[in-house]
Amino acid sequence: MKSIVIGVIGADVHAVGNKIIDYTLTNAGYNVINIGVLSSQEDFINAAIEADAELILVSSLYGHGEIDCRGMRQKCIESGIGDIWLYVGGNIVVGKQDFTEVKQRFLKMGFNRVYPPGISIDEALKDIKNDLGE
Amino acid sequence: MARYLLIDFGSTFTKLTAVDSEIGDIIATANHFTTVDTDITVGYKNALSELHKTIGKPMVFDHVVACSSAAGGLKMAAIGLVEELTVEAAKRVCLGAGAKVELVFSHHLNTSEVEKIKSKNIDIVLLAGGSDGGNSECVIYNAKMLGEGHINVPIVFGGNKSAQDEILKIFDEYHLDGYIVENVMPKINQLNIKQAREKIRELFLKKIIEAKGIKKIEQEIEKVVLPTPEAVLRACELLAKGYLYEEGIGEIVVLDVGGATTDLYSISEPSKRGDVILTGLEEPYAKRTVEGDLGMRYSATGILKALTKEEITMINLEKGIDIEQEINQRNLHVGMLPSNQLEEDVDRLLAEMCVYKAMSRHAGKMEEIYTPMGMVHHQTGKDLTDIEAVIGTGGVIIKAKDPKQILAKATNIFRNDFELRPRRPKFYIDETYSLYAMGLLSEYDPLLALKIMKQHLKKV
Repeated sequence: MKSIVIGVIGADVHAVGNKIIDYTLTNAGYNVINIGVLSSQEDFINAAIEADAELILVSSLYGHGEIDCRGMRQKCIESGIGDIWLYVGGNIVVGKQDFTEVKQRFLKMGFNRVYPPGISIDEALKDIKNDLGE
Repeated sequence: MARYLLIDFGSTFTKLTAVDSEIGDIIATANHFTTVDTDITVGYKNALSELHKTIGKPMVFDHVVACSSAAGGLKMAAIGLVEELTVEAAKRVCLGAGAKVELVFSHHLNTSEVEKIKSKNIDIVLLAGGSDGGNSECVIYNAKMLGEGHINVPIVFGGNKSAQDEILKIFDEYHLDGYIVENVMPKINQLNIKQAREKIRELFLKKIIEAKGIKKIEQEIEKVVLPTPEAVLRACELLAKGYLYEEGIGEIVVLDVGGATTDLYSISEPSKRGDVILTGLEEPYAKRTVEGDLGMRYSATGILKALTKEEITMINLEKGIDIEQEINQRNLHVGMLPSNQLEEDVDRLLAEMCVYKAMSRHAGKMEEIYTPMGMVHHQTGKDLTDIEAVIGTGGVIIKAKDPKQILAKATNIFRNDFELRPRRPKFYIDETYSLYAMGLLSEYDPLLALKIMKQHLKKV
């Protein structure tokens, strides 16, 4: 069974979406390690190491995602899990910014998949199946 | 009706407590220097004859049992993968089993770390790493490293269950004295102490006691059943929870300031509030922490290291002493007993600092975080704010003129709401050193042990 670490990054306490993601991915047959809200980059990475996870899915709903996610890929590399899949989604930036540009910024930061606001988790699930190989 | 002789082979003193269940109380206590370097029975017999003298006649006991922290106690190495997760879980298992955690390693072991396990005379190695179904590469690598290093002490494997088969093969291949237990962290942030702790206790009884020259005492007594700190932890749990119709005293913290370490036990739920967000590795209900750098003699210099230059100057000015010199003197003469008022005052000051610092590390933390959804409370570690009682044990606290002054340093004296220290506890001292003894007695007669503890705790 493939393991995925999920959680809500930074000083963000939006728990509902997190529960939906947990439910959907578990039902899809993944071993979901849900570290919950108020999680730091280190919490995600530590959990991924112990659980030998293949993917970290970061949620951010409160607009500060860009600051919270900066340097995460570098930390993964330092921690010996540099080739792990990194996904991010939610309301990841402040205000109404052009999403193509936002996506570019997060891709540059080392994220493999970046999702716009309002997207269903089923969309991401397709990518997960694709990326991890069913 | 039964008579019990309860013994603690401590690093310095062999302490004896005699209990008569008919009277329902302690009938006598005695102690003598521990003589483990030569023949442990000598010190025991001396203490025993003193005990008989106090009672006034020789007495036959139905049960003679002991706990021990002699010959360095139970020295363990805790190995895990990530520091905040399996390393911390392994550490907590060792501490909960009454061990001294001499070495702590994370990630892949290197040769010099394996050498340290040998040179530090470690008694038992606890090897953890990976949640169940998670990382197994690291524990397998580490088991091989232990094999290559010819580690000949017991190795308890409490890591990823998916690695068990491979680990067993390695134990076989390298002829290691290996044991398999349940994962100490089966899921991320979930702590599973029980089975590993039982195995450690079993190994302590079977192997370690013998290796330390304590076994020969078993010709004289029934058996050595526990490492001393575990006996104390059991007593604390009983005292807090109660037994059958006899009520406990509620959630407690026990402070033991010794010459080499400051031990802290808390028996409490990690959190009782519904409005906080709790993160991090799960906290045990009965938690023990040991501060190896905070002590009255051997580790007195650690107190100094914890102070800033300004604090040192302030203490010196306020108390009219040279704290650095006082501490160094105690570190050089570990047998020193205070002989005048000034020395007593300095000892009290040091004990206060040990208590303050140790509680800082033991208690949980609460952060207030402002989020777009309003302010939320974020808790890590144990919330001790509603603890019923703080109990002091260990020479410096019991013998102090005003023990409350020392114990109060465990509370929130600086009104720092960031640390979840006890707020308004009652204060007690374990004046008759009965905690270890009642931990032992609780194996036979928990009700009696509880009654005696409640009777002998002195309110201060």
